[in-house]
Amino acid sequence: MSGSVARLLTALALALLAGTAPAGEIPTAERRSGYDFMSRETRTMQDDDTANPGMLGVLDGGALWARKTGAAGRACADCHGDERASMKGVAARYPAFDTTLKRPVNLEQRINLCRTERQRAPALAYESRELLALTAYVARQSRGLPIDIAADTRTQPFLDNGRAAFYRRQGQLNLACSQCHDDNWGKRLAGNTIPQAHPTGYPVYRLEWQSLGSLQRRLRNCLVGIRAEPYEYGAPELVELELFLMWRARGMAIETPGVRP
Amino acid sequence: MASALVNVPPRARRGEIIEIKTLISHPMETGYRRSQLGAAIPRDIIRLFVCTYNGTEVFRAELHPAIAANPFLVFSTVATESGTIAFQWTGDNGFSATESAAITVD
Repeated sequence: MSGSVARLLTALALALLAGTAPAGEIPTAERRSGYDFMSRETRTMQDDDTANPGMLGVLDGGALWARKTGAAGRACADCHGDERASMKGVAARYPAFDTTLKRPVNLEQRINLCRTERQRAPALAYESRELLALTAYVARQSRGLPIDIAADTRTQPFLDNGRAAFYRRQGQLNLACSQCHDDNWGKRLAGNTIPQAHPTGYPVYRLEWQSLGSLQRRLRNCLVGIRAEPYEYGAPELVELELFLMWRARGMAIETPGVRP
Repeated sequence: MASALVNVPPRARRGEIIEIKTLISHPMETGYRRSQLGAAIPRDIIRLFVCTYNGTEVFRAELHPAIAANPFLVFSTVATESGTIAFQWTGDNGFSATESAAITVD
């Protein structure tokens, strides 16, 4: 008698497991940018450079790129020259390994390293208008190029940490990133379609924010959403997650500045 | 850092209806929000947008607090003659921005 109950319970447990089995990683051919999930109006807004509000940030970034600053009295352009050549493809490679810090840094951190070390100017605050504008300007030069993250012996441990974070359940809701973005993309979460979480357009102009915002702002939003304690801006955990997400989107085209609802 | 993006077709036929798009960087702070410390955030919006075509006003818009940041305005006019289409935004706290674009009509 107890044996049959046990068998029934086992069968029930297996059935439940099968019902909630994770779909696993998204096959390369099925990957889609958040752009594909947007309304026609929002896509039109992103595609037209005179309607895309992210271009206002790019415009500001262009002015900052050429402005001399810091104790060294140098502008970005003084070292890097023509950004259309020197910055082409750069955003597609970030976060990238920094040999001095011995860890990956994202594009915002790279810009601030340049400011503090080369220009001898104070670092710009995360999510400040200036930092977002410069980042958008640099990333704009990579528009259309495929994301190309170096997964080598130096970055592998950080990539693994990022992957672990993506698949780790956390917060009061006990949810992992993968449960929404791998297993349930395309379905609805309240009024919104769940995207696959490919960071192709950052910094993005998010209509909800009414401003440009970084990938870290988006990640912190998601963490708050699952009621987890968000990491501070620039935290190694966030950079590792960024690194993993960019690697996961390898080969997809950079859209910066993206527009998202 | 007030910056504006305008899109005016560089060439048009006489009598053709042309579409003009303008986008300007502005926070459009409503005046109804409070800071994290509870202090009221004063209103800071663009109040008026005017477009002139060779000095003649062809479009005017009054803006209000419910309009989102970085207002994007699209309107149309008839291409009558070659010249300059000028745009002016004015608002709270002495805000003023101008932009212009040339158009050739044949």
